[in-house]
Amino acid sequence: MDDSVHATEHTHVNYVRIWAILVVLLGVSVAGPMIGIKLVTLITAFGIALVKAYLVAKNFMHINVEKRFVPYIVLTVLVFMLLFFAGAAPDVMKKQGTQWEKPSWISAPAHSPAAAHEGAHP
Amino acid sequence: MAHPAESHAAHHGAHPHEEPGWVSKYLFPTDHKVIAMQYMFTGMALALVGGFFAYAFRMQMAFPGMEVPFYGLVTPNRYNVLITNHGAIMIFWVAMPVLIAAFGNFLIPLMIGCDDMVFPRINRLSYQIFFLSAVVLVCSFFVEGGAFGGAWTIYPPLSAKSQYNLTPLGSSLFLVAVALEFVAFLLGGINFITTSMNSRAPGMKFYDVPIVVWMIVVASILFMASVGPLIAGAIMLFMDQQVGTAFFDPDRGGDPVLWQHLFWFFGHPEVYVVLLPALGIVAEIITVFSRKKLFAYKTVLYTVFGTGVLSFTVWAHHQFVAGIDPRMANIFTVTTLLISVPIAEMLFVYIATLYGGSITLTTPMLWALAFIGEFLLGGVTGIFLGASGADIYLHDTYFVLAHFHYTFVPIAIIGTFAGVTYWFPKMFGKMMNETLGKLHFWITIAAFNAIFIPLFITGAAGDHRRIYSYRLFPELARPELQSLRVLATVALVVMLLAQVLFLWNFFYSLWQGKQAGKNPWRANTLEWTTESPPPHGNWPADALPTVYRGPYEYSHPDRKEDYWPQNAPA
Amino acid sequence: MSARPIATTRSAAGLPTGRLAVWWVVVSEIVIFGGLLGSYIMYRLAHDAFAEQAAHTNMWIGAFNTLVLLTSSLSAVLAHKAAVSGDGPRAAKLLWATIGGAFTFLIVKSFEWTNEIQHGFTITSSTFWSFYYCAAGLHALHVLAGAIIMMFVASEAAKNLELHRVELIGIYWHFVDVVWIFLFPLLYIAK
Repeated sequence: MDDSVHATEHTHVNYVRIWAILVVLLGVSVAGPMIGIKLVTLITAFGIALVKAYLVAKNFMHINVEKRFVPYIVLTVLVFMLLFFAGAAPDVMKKQGTQWEKPSWISAPAHSPAAAHEGAHP
Repeated sequence: MAHPAESHAAHHGAHPHEEPGWVSKYLFPTDHKVIAMQYMFTGMALALVGGFFAYAFRMQMAFPGMEVPFYGLVTPNRYNVLITNHGAIMIFWVAMPVLIAAFGNFLIPLMIGCDDMVFPRINRLSYQIFFLSAVVLVCSFFVEGGAFGGAWTIYPPLSAKSQYNLTPLGSSLFLVAVALEFVAFLLGGINFITTSMNSRAPGMKFYDVPIVVWMIVVASILFMASVGPLIAGAIMLFMDQQVGTAFFDPDRGGDPVLWQHLFWFFGHPEVYVVLLPALGIVAEIITVFSRKKLFAYKTVLYTVFGTGVLSFTVWAHHQFVAGIDPRMANIFTVTTLLISVPIAEMLFVYIATLYGGSITLTTPMLWALAFIGEFLLGGVTGIFLGASGADIYLHDTYFVLAHFHYTFVPIAIIGTFAGVTYWFPKMFGKMMNETLGKLHFWITIAAFNAIFIPLFITGAAGDHRRIYSYRLFPELARPELQSLRVLATVALVVMLLAQVLFLWNFFYSLWQGKQAGKNPWRANTLEWTTESPPPHGNWPADALPTVYRGPYEYSHPDRKEDYWPQNAPA
Repeated sequence: MSARPIATTRSAAGLPTGRLAVWWVVVSEIVIFGGLLGSYIMYRLAHDAFAEQAAHTNMWIGAFNTLVLLTSSLSAVLAHKAAVSGDGPRAAKLLWATIGGAFTFLIVKSFEWTNEIQHGFTITSSTFWSFYYCAAGLHALHVLAGAIIMMFVASEAAKNLELHRVELIGIYWHFVDVVWIFLFPLLYIAK
């Protein structure tokens, strides 16, 4: 009938060990900015995020023992997100182009909270 | 509330369900067929609303400044409201519920040989959310300030700032209605995809699934993968409207073009979301009424997958003149022109299917043939628009409008009539009247072409879209153009009146039509093996069909009969 | 109420229907968060002033909340392990621990936001803060919804009923965790 409970026949990894690795990685990503080098910060913050996400997907969500089309579908929509970024970024991320400009982007757009605070509601 | 554990296998439909009361059965159903009817009738009702709006604004176009009978004066604001809601209603509250939700809900379990959708209560919830979205939209017509009038594309800053759109309540209600509709279709889509993937009849392999089921499933997947950024955008726009954030406010560092990208990243796959079910319906009909197998099943299937993927790469052709990077415009021109190839190929497969077949021109077949011809016209006019250079002139003219009506009307109207006239016997157990059906067909098709061919001409002559009166444009206020606009309006009135024939045929046949029997069209697919209309559970629980062959084995040389049902043992 | 249809029990695709459906839910959520976070990244990379605003988020609270969610993912997967071996009551206890993690996350966030709002960083202060509250808010709504659904699953699991649902809510929960794994560096670290 339905293999409800024994859904994924797999041996369980030591989940606590995976958790410990994740916590250590969290620590590294927190410590990274303290070194002060921008590239190191980027790698520790986002590189580690990718690694952590992979660890969770593989070991907790068991995506690697799942039917093969599941990771393919997940990867496909991630590619679609990259496609969206690639298509929209040239317009959204530029301050000016041939015969157009975004004035409020060229001169400091994000006003500080101090200025907003003066007019803020009590 | 909690069901008994899985060990109670016998509980699964082995004994009949207790007969639910009228309220449970028709107002809060979990049966996929009843839910399908709910979607269908809601969609049909809203089609009347959308059609009425078209009547009102076309009357304004033909006779500017005159009071429209049964409506009143079409002021500039009212004009904007009419065109905005006509577009939104027809796409979100007519095409999608009828083509995907109604036909999908009705056909999928029946065509794959199971007793219901895998999640009947989520199915019910999805209709309830959809119904709520329709209620919210209709409420927007009656709130202070009036309904939203900023076009179905909801571009900010117009849609974000009430000092521009003058409809603070209406614009938010419109956005909420659209968002709720998205949630309803996400839920419904999960049901369709899961059911089709998992609940197929024993023996029904990948390539034995009827094309219309594949089409609806792929459409649901396309919808699911494309609507996310727009849901994110809708949240951001709602925040801009209600809370005063500046996501899309250019004065405060926002970017309206981001909204355009978020919208059209969904908006383009959306047209394929509605196209695919219509293509599927046509495939089912042309095989049955030419007594011939589909010319190239696998080709159609892989083409559909390819089209689905390609549809995510063309969206910015809606933004050629919005100030996007011209190099991106080059790329999107290429992909847009490319995507016409697989669609054309599918139409060629359909024509090859018809070639040499034993053709019967029943009403459904007439609609299916009309789809092929009319959609072809719509498709080729899209080639002009896909070339970014030509689009610089044609964008925002009636040429675009005529193009997308030559695609949308075949999809939403011709496709729907094809499907309804074909499956009416199965849905209701009665036959529709062929004479009335054919009369309705010819008048509708003639009128449809008489509406939009003039609009191609006026569009190429320079008629702008979304303008409430051409009296303000001396170069367009010429009598030759005005007579074309009048012709289009008169044809629309004729087309709308002709729908009375359909409504009469529909409801009269419901009550007094000839009994249909199980398989009046002598078709192969599984829905024709059960009663008309099918009972709750579709087949007796111990007699669910097993499948032995594909769905299009017509006129097989080894058979005496010219059809071979999928569940008939060899 | 209606019995489960026969359709639900079939597995032509090779995996149970519930799990297939949850993966599709995850897929549709990926594109929602993908769109929102993609838009944030576009703005972030183009506006230098964002970094100046982002310096005001509290990385330690963010890191603590990350720890809470990671731990709740651990208890969720341990609940799945218990459910697979048929131990409903133990699975339920572990799910309640996960729910506890969820509410800890939400309570910490409400203190965090209150503090930030009192310092003048409201949703309209700047586009960075608009994204911050929208993205983290949308995520928090998913945390809340997941916790509520988990409560239903836990109360049935305690009676050894519907144990397969433990894995299903777990997959959803891990997805919510993964979204936060990306939100944390985007909103808190990248300064």
